[in-house]
Amino acid sequence: MLWLIVIIILLVVGAVVFYISTYNNMVKSRNWTDEAWSQIDVQLKRRNDLIPNLVSTVKGYAKHEQDTLEKVIKMRNQLVATPADNRQATMAVSNQLTDSLKSIFALSESYPDLKADAEFTKLMEELTNTENKIAYARQLFNSSATRYNNQIQTFPGNILAGAHNFQKTAYLETPVEEKSAPKVSFE
Amino acid sequence: MLFEQIQQNKRKTVFVMVGFFALVLVIGAALGYLFMRNLISGIVVAAVLAIIYMAIMIGNSTNVVMQMNHATEIHNAQQYPDLWHIVEDMALVARVPMPRVFIVADDSPNAFATGNDPEHAAVAVTTGIMARLNREELEGVIAHEVSHIRNYDIRLQTIALALSAVISMLVNIGSNMLWWGAGRSRDDDREEGAGNIIGLIVSILLLVLGPLAASIAQMALSRNREYLADAAGVELTRNPQGLINALLKITDSEPMQTADPSSAALYIADPFKGLSRSGAHLFDSHPPIEARVAKLKAM
Repeated sequence: MLWLIVIIILLVVGAVVFYISTYNNMVKSRNWTDEAWSQIDVQLKRRNDLIPNLVSTVKGYAKHEQDTLEKVIKMRNQLVATPADNRQATMAVSNQLTDSLKSIFALSESYPDLKADAEFTKLMEELTNTENKIAYARQLFNSSATRYNNQIQTFPGNILAGAHNFQKTAYLETPVEEKSAPKVSFE
Repeated sequence: MLFEQIQQNKRKTVFVMVGFFALVLVIGAALGYLFMRNLISGIVVAAVLAIIYMAIMIGNSTNVVMQMNHATEIHNAQQYPDLWHIVEDMALVARVPMPRVFIVADDSPNAFATGNDPEHAAVAVTTGIMARLNREELEGVIAHEVSHIRNYDIRLQTIALALSAVISMLVNIGSNMLWWGAGRSRDDDREEGAGNIIGLIVSILLLVLGPLAASIAQMALSRNREYLADAAGVELTRNPQGLINALLKITDSEPMQTADPSSAALYIADPFKGLSRSGAHLFDSHPPIEARVAKLKAM
């Protein structure tokens, strides 16, 4: 009789410990994804701040490229207007902005003076840096989200997740171009 | 496959570390036997020395190692913006704090990481690597180094460095004492008979072979960890080709001038280009580049 009580107590204690640790792990994983998103957000804001400088620098050298510049400005303003908590929409606009920025970088090939400009070189490095950080932060976000989703969707975590309303996090799409394998070159 | 590789590496590492510490104790025992006719006191002295030395090394390893390799620290993105930004990127995606960044003025392309834990870590690159590698390749190299930091390989290497230093210290003390005829007088040996002579021979053999075994253990540790850091680095960049190209460029270059020999195992590729190679791979600090490239291509 006594050992039966002991076993029941142990089972109850075990269940409580399991419950607490599973719950805490889920909260931690969710916080990791939020933190990864804030990393992306910081870089998006930084890029928005850099773009006016870039446009004014390029304007001086490439007067006939108004269309390209206007497109970048338009995209940038659209990104600023997109609410930051709408992650999917923000990233969709951001990907378009990345593409139009690439066309500005490509411009420098046909304007040697622009390419040689110190301010432009500095901005290029800054923007390359933010673009890379956005890509890496997105990768971090997706791996954190995978971890979190696995926790809330596998048994027995899914029961607990349902009871406490843990929602699945949507992944951030990687632009199609970046998915393709890097070119192999044998020099 | 990566997961299995990590598991296998962790098991091997435990073996090597246990063997390494046992070696320190055995050499201590040999010394104790030679000079005090007492195994236990030798073991105790060796263990105490090893622990004190490890504590000092762990507390101060970054500065010691950087000084040994003539590295100078940079504090912001101004001097080498691309390098600084790449280190930031890799620390971001590996979720480790930004390590300290050092530059080694050497035309040979190479890089290494050191420290105790991710909060006290540093990466160093040569000026040669920045001149020769493009951004993608440099990312591959830095990702490899940041993986060393995240996997705590840096602490393991620091401990291994300290243990081999303790072994060479013990052996130095032992051979000096033998040379000057310290320890028990020779009369004791005669009285104690043949069993003792065998003991003496074994002890002296241990003193001779100890440092050799230590460097074999240190190199084995390093070789395993290189494969793991390659794989983990690619997991960060998602671009095996960058690291492959970097490794090929690094192999295809002259040896380093400024590298410290005892830190050779820390570098991403053997800084001395295996100049002392004797055909055997037992003393190689790094796996052959071809094997690393083959593993990366299979990913």
